Amino acid sequence: MASTIRVRATSNGDITEVQALIQHPMDTGFVKDAKGEIIPPHFIQRLTFEHDGKPVFIADWGTAVSKDPYVKFSFKGGKKGDELKIGWLDNKGATDATSAKIQ
Amino acid sequence: MPSRNDFSAARRVILKGVGAVALIGLGNTALGGLPALAAANDKYPEEAFKQKSDADAIKALFGKPHEASDQVKLDAPEIAENGGVVPISVTTTLADVTSIAFLVSENPNALAASYQIPPGTVPAVANRLKMAKTTNVIVIVEAGGKLYSATKEVKVTVGGCGG
Amino acid sequence: MISTMRARFMTCLASAALLLAACCGVAPQASAAEAPNPVADAKAFRDYFTKKFPKVKLEDFVNGPYSMNEDMHRQWEEKEQFPPYEFALEAGKEMFAKPFKNGKTYADCFANGGIGVRQNYPIFDEKEGKVITLELALNRCRQANGEAPYSYVKDEMASLTAYMAFTSRGKPMDINIPNDGRALEAFEEGKRYFYTRRGQLNFSCATCHVQSPGERIRAEVLAPALGIMNAMPIYRSEWSGMGTTSRRFTSCNSQIRGVPLEPQSDEYRNLEYYLSYVSNGLPISGPGARP
Repeated sequence: MASTIRVRATSNGDITEVQALIQHPMDTGFVKDAKGEIIPPHFIQRLTFEHDGKPVFIADWGTAVSKDPYVKFSFKGGKKGDELKIGWLDNKGATDATSAKIQ
Repeated sequence: MPSRNDFSAARRVILKGVGAVALIGLGNTALGGLPALAAANDKYPEEAFKQKSDADAIKALFGKPHEASDQVKLDAPEIAENGGVVPISVTTTLADVTSIAFLVSENPNALAASYQIPPGTVPAVANRLKMAKTTNVIVIVEAGGKLYSATKEVKVTVGGCGG
Repeated sequence: MISTMRARFMTCLASAALLLAACCGVAPQASAAEAPNPVADAKAFRDYFTKKFPKVKLEDFVNGPYSMNEDMHRQWEEKEQFPPYEFALEAGKEMFAKPFKNGKTYADCFANGGIGVRQNYPIFDEKEGKVITLELALNRCRQANGEAPYSYVKDEMASLTAYMAFTSRGKPMDINIPNDGRALEAFEEGKRYFYTRRGQLNFSCATCHVQSPGERIRAEVLAPALGIMNAMPIYRSEWSGMGTTSRRFTSCNSQIRGVPLEPQSDEYRNLEYYLSYVSNGLPISGPGARP
């Protein structure tokens, strides 16, 4: 099955910029469905990015992060061709992980 | 709000992750498992996310006071096009940044996101947050053990929490 | 002899004049000045907007409310770095390539395999004598190949049209009105629908999108009608998801408290024909993101 994680990582030789877009409902638990019942909270709690075996960015999220969440950050190091590992864990215990090559 | 059971399930997965990370450390690249879930410096700040006010959330997350700093540049729109997806970002010229957190004052729970910045990572983050209504967005930057902040009011006409 | 020739010549001229008058008198108003003239209409339409917004570049009109408001434009630019329609676009690409049960694909139903053709839609089908929109063509393709049609307003239809629009990105809208009375009539019908007031709020499409682009209706900034089809289908924050032209037309009708028509009803097809034609030359920007 296709990953929920889309990543774009580009290095200018010195700094690697990473953008990620993840397919996830990020339900807040405040919204009701068509039947009038509360849609329970369902959101990514932790998202990690790893390069060369070390975390380069860790996101702790609550329900106020938008649906299909997006994040952008940069880190020093990382060369074209290096692998970036990304993984998330949500409040229901579900996870997804992927890896992407730095362009 | 995640129930006790939900989070214990999460802890179980994290513990599984410990094994995965250890195996990766031993050179078992075929695993390709979840990176760093257990290796993360701090555990998920569940209590801070539960707090209602920004003051309580900051207290739960950091336990220190913060001061406004013009070295923290918060970028957010004047009027959010839609409260459900408000692009907000921060950059800072402060040194030794270890953590960046975003709060939306009048959201049901003020803390929106908290980011850990390991050494070597640029202290700048762009994300998209939900805002329930017109209110202040506060960004906290932890640098050299101290907290610095910037605040900006963002007008919201169509609330982001389903309204 | 010469007088007879002149007489015959004069008779010829007279009959020619009568014939000409008869041709021009086909339209209800029955006067030469009211004859359908899509070329003139398109020029007048474009001139109206470029005069009203001299600082907006012609190709930027396709960005809807973002071309009208600086603060919104910046928010849009940030989101376009990794746009919300990304997933629908990917899904559309996969769907488009997947063969039907009978082994054929969407590519078999379209010129150039459906790649880079979106800017020609809607097309006037001279056999049928009606306007065929892209959404209609896709469902007809499905039905011709033994597949059930998709809903016109979102999901698969939005993903498929998103992909087809993406393959045409940057190409100028290029709608053709053949020299066929029925095609001209469809254009005129579309124009009539656009300018007719309806619903409890008694608004026409023009009320918002010609009279008031850039201004607010409650909390929303209104898009200009010029180029308004070029970004379709769109991911709307308001919908938290994708929607097609059909979705937009039906929801617009609901919003002015009118009764929405069935998707792909004649009125909507003609409306899309008119709106697309008067935006000829402006680039396809779809799929798009909107508030």
